[in-house]
Amino acid sequence: MSTGTTTLDVVVSDVVPVNELVTRFHFRRRDGGLLPTFSGGAHVVVEMRDGDRTRLNPYSLMGSPLDTREYTISVRRDDAGRGGSLFMHRQVKPGLEMVISYPVNLFSLDLRAKKHLMLAGGIGITPFMAQTSQLAGAGGNFELHYTCRTASLGTYADVLQQRYGSRVKLYHDDRGERIDLDRLLSSQPLGTHLYVCGPAGMINWVRDRAASLGWPLETVHFEHFAAPQPGAPFDVTLAVSGKTIHVGEQQSLLEAMEAAGVDPPYLCRGGVCGQCETNVISSDGKFIHNDHWLSEEDHRSGCKIMPCVSRFEGKSLVLER
Amino acid sequence: MAAKTIISRPIYGTLSPQPGKHHLFIADAEGALAITDMAGKAPPGFFDGAEIVFIPGPEAKHIAALEALKPAQLHIAPSFASLLPRLKQTLTNAHMGLRLYLAGTEGLIGQAMQAALEAGIDHTSIETEHRGSLARRMQCVHCKGITENVTTQPALCSHCGLLLLVRDHYSRRLAAFQGVCINAEDRSEIPPMEEIFR
Ligand code: FES
Repeated sequence: MSTGTTTLDVVVSDVVPVNELVTRFHFRRRDGGLLPTFSGGAHVVVEMRDGDRTRLNPYSLMGSPLDTREYTISVRRDDAGRGGSLFMHRQVKPGLEMVISYPVNLFSLDLRAKKHLMLAGGIGITPFMAQTSQLAGAGGNFELHYTCRTASLGTYADVLQQRYGSRVKLYHDDRGERIDLDRLLSSQPLGTHLYVCGPAGMINWVRDRAASLGWPLETVHFEHFAAPQPGAPFDVTLAVSGKTIHVGEQQSLLEAMEAAGVDPPYLCRGGVCGQCETNVISSDGKFIHNDHWLSEEDHRSGCKIMPCVSRFEGKSLVLER
Repeated sequence: MAAKTIISRPIYGTLSPQPGKHHLFIADAEGALAITDMAGKAPPGFFDGAEIVFIPGPEAKHIAALEALKPAQLHIAPSFASLLPRLKQTLTNAHMGLRLYLAGTEGLIGQAMQAALEAGIDHTSIETEHRGSLARRMQCVHCKGITENVTTQPALCSHCGLLLLVRDHYSRRLAAFQGVCINAEDRSEIPPMEEIFR
């Protein structure tokens, strides 16, 4: 693995189907010891050895940070994706030995907040599972608003309501229930911090409304891991390592670099942390920037690329690495 | 603008209108001019949702200029101490979306910010602009007494009488600069006192 990430040898201790799309996985340390401490919002990168292919996907830890005997993640099956979630659903069984990274937190609670207002969409609920456990353990003030398509896809909604009662509010798309966002945001006491995790559209909507209603930037936290998108294959020359590599349709640029023995830094593999940023030396073609890290100006300039999620279409591309 | 010397020494900016529905301004003396200057950049209707709390000071200037902005509320206070209970009340009842603007002396900015921090506002989200006197609010690190309006270096602690070197080391929690005894080794050594925080 890479910069800032050390690996843990784990064994899958349980696999629990949660609903038609989501399965939960439990990991324990192979040597039986305790796992490293983490804080609510942290994720681990799970290595999936699928034949001669290795996939590395980030998943939020959803167990209580107060219990480090095991880590739990929940994986939503994505039939149109590149196969990571399908691998987890189909191949991963109790007893399988796997390698995961140490936890990294790019979505931590700001504990100076007087109140924590959480907004989750769909599988975006997972980091909040850990955050609410952490806050409940410490007597923290929080409120969770959770939107899901249908009641049966309201993953862990029942658990959360049972644990926290009216502090959890549910909204079901199929019943036409919608968050009255402006009212919700305008009625929060001073000192509230906002956390949002869910689909990109939801995150953008919430950030946008919060900003125009006067929420300072520092009080709005969000997490969205863009899964690497498949796309047309392309070739890249890596100037420093002197290699020319091929990025397959289902492969990310980062994965192709790793397969060629180059070891670029990364933390999130989802276009949010900034670790994998790479300079473009020359290019003739079009960038497909899928990251949330670079500024719009960076995107336009074509001088930088985030290899974990971004792609390229065109004649030639030379990167620094 | 005060020069940045050490990390804790606050630096101030220029007030600029923030998005949001409620705007709370706290200013003293020349700080009023920072508000009227900013008004030129504010969108129409901005002051409809604004409350200005102003401490005019002995010269009692600038009140008319603030009235002319037609804020939703204009409150004139004789001193910071007298407006503090009201400020605390406002902050306790306020909602996210309230933006805070502080303009004037360092003592005013620091103390208002102290109340804001207690209410849960992050200091980075507060608009500040320094105007007027550079007089400092100083805490004596020996007796912990606070002396207001310190303009000299060194300065006399108004509580214990020690001669203090006024440091740039600033405490946001106390809203004060630290004053440390300048002649602890030999009290008979009296360095000249100069007026430097005017
Ligand atoms: S690894 Fe985090 S942005 Fe690429």
